[in-house]
Amino acid sequence: MTVKTPVYMDNSATTPCDPRVVEKMVPFFSEKFGNAASRNHPFGWTAEAAVEEAREHVARLIGAHPKEIIWTSGSTESNNLAIKGVAEMYASKGKHLITCVTEHKAVIDPMKHLEQQGFEVTWIQPDAQGRVDLDQLRDAIRDDTILISLMTANNEIGTVHPIAEIGKLAKEKGVLFHTDATQAAGRVRLDVIEQNVDLMSLSAHKFYGPKGVGALYVRRKGPRVRLTPILDGGGHERGMRSGTLNVPGIVGMGEAARLAHEEFEENVAHLTRLTERLKAGILEKLPDSVLNGDQEHRLPSLVNVSFPYVEGESLIMGIKDVAVSSGSACTSASLEPSYVLKALGLGDELAHSSIRFSVGRFNTEEEVDFVVDTVVREVTRLREMSPLWEMVQDGIDLSKVNWTSH
Amino acid sequence: MAYSDKVIDHYNNPRNVGSLDKDAKNVGTGIVGAPECGDVMKLQIQVDEHGKITDAKFKTYGCGSAIASSSLATEWLKGTSIDDAEAIKNTQIVEELSLPPVKIHCSVLAEDAIKAAIEDFRSKQQES
Repeated sequence: MTVKTPVYMDNSATTPCDPRVVEKMVPFFSEKFGNAASRNHPFGWTAEAAVEEAREHVARLIGAHPKEIIWTSGSTESNNLAIKGVAEMYASKGKHLITCVTEHKAVIDPMKHLEQQGFEVTWIQPDAQGRVDLDQLRDAIRDDTILISLMTANNEIGTVHPIAEIGKLAKEKGVLFHTDATQAAGRVRLDVIEQNVDLMSLSAHKFYGPKGVGALYVRRKGPRVRLTPILDGGGHERGMRSGTLNVPGIVGMGEAARLAHEEFEENVAHLTRLTERLKAGILEKLPDSVLNGDQEHRLPSLVNVSFPYVEGESLIMGIKDVAVSSGSACTSASLEPSYVLKALGLGDELAHSSIRFSVGRFNTEEEVDFVVDTVVREVTRLREMSPLWEMVQDGIDLSKVNWTSH
Repeated sequence: MAYSDKVIDHYNNPRNVGSLDKDAKNVGTGIVGAPECGDVMKLQIQVDEHGKITDAKFKTYGCGSAIASSSLATEWLKGTSIDDAEAIKNTQIVEELSLPPVKIHCSVLAEDAIKAAIEDFRSKQQES
């Protein structure tokens, strides 16, 4: 069995557009090019109708009302709008926010920005699997807390937080709850009513839609959430996000959401089958590999694994026929490994040895088998080259060696 | 990150991977770096009675540039004298492998490993 290389197994970074999505988008570039805000002619009406249909599809994916969907450029913008928009709007009520250290930078950095502006942020430490403890969260809530922001699923390790329980707690305490569901959409069941979510960030390109378009769900009643906009202008999107709508992108996101919703069960079953096969294959042949993140509450699409005694970037170089991500920071200018893995209490050497595999709708079992074979071959080769592996074979305890740091 | 052809060549076909007897009197061993930094290099030299390096071996835990730097170092060490080996500078490795600025520490580590191996060899000679 031959597979076409390189094999793409980095679907948490981005997914290919589904051909059905592209087909739906194409007419909206040249033929149906109208501005959805043009109220005086059919060009505008056609665009507006398409945007509203897309809004319905996105709303349905998360159990929301279409009027609660605000179009954005993607999750980074959605997170910024949710966090900064709530902070500014509710500052007179309180200036305390809660989040977790393993959030995406698009949540961490807006929070840090607010800290500099006089807001106070509680940074929760997760457990060793990357999950937030509800009691710890309850204790962190104060009278002046205005927002809890916790991601549905983590982008590096795939751990899924207990979103419904967090939402219930936030509602009880009268605190708004924002969740960055970028990785979860189409992979984890989302229902903003059942899960008591007040704000939710989505990005089309993580579920087979185009890049550059996303959405923010903003609850309309029970409570009605208000936001101070980041962009001032024409007052589009109920005044929360000015700017001419990216009609082709929105149409694509709508179609991607429709497919994610309608094909949810089979997609999740497919992803789960592939990741189980990947994990079993790796653990069978490299039994000392370490799976990172929560193995029960996790994305069906993601496997984060550390290969002790082998450095992640060199492994990625060796498995060049497989496109994956590394938790090693050698890929950046700093020598620090992933802050998410470090927050789990993972030793630096395991963090440096980690690889994130994320499968998608278009991956096959043959590809998984190819990836397992390639990874096992390269890990074995690199271990033969690794002084750490040699020391461990000689019975040396690596934690007792007096290393010369540089 | 794009690697130079020479880095890729050393990574795919590393020269002189392996170990020499670290207890032998004519073998010097240098181990530098730390697992938490993402790089550990072990470099060994075997020296004859004229002070000539007759064999060199390495093992490296680290990125492709670290592997290439140590592989290149063993190539340069074999057949050279201890004194010439001591004069090898990390900048020569950077130049030969076209290492980008973020990978310069790999070459520094290789230079440190050479020096550590020579030092180990010399201290063994003084003991006798």
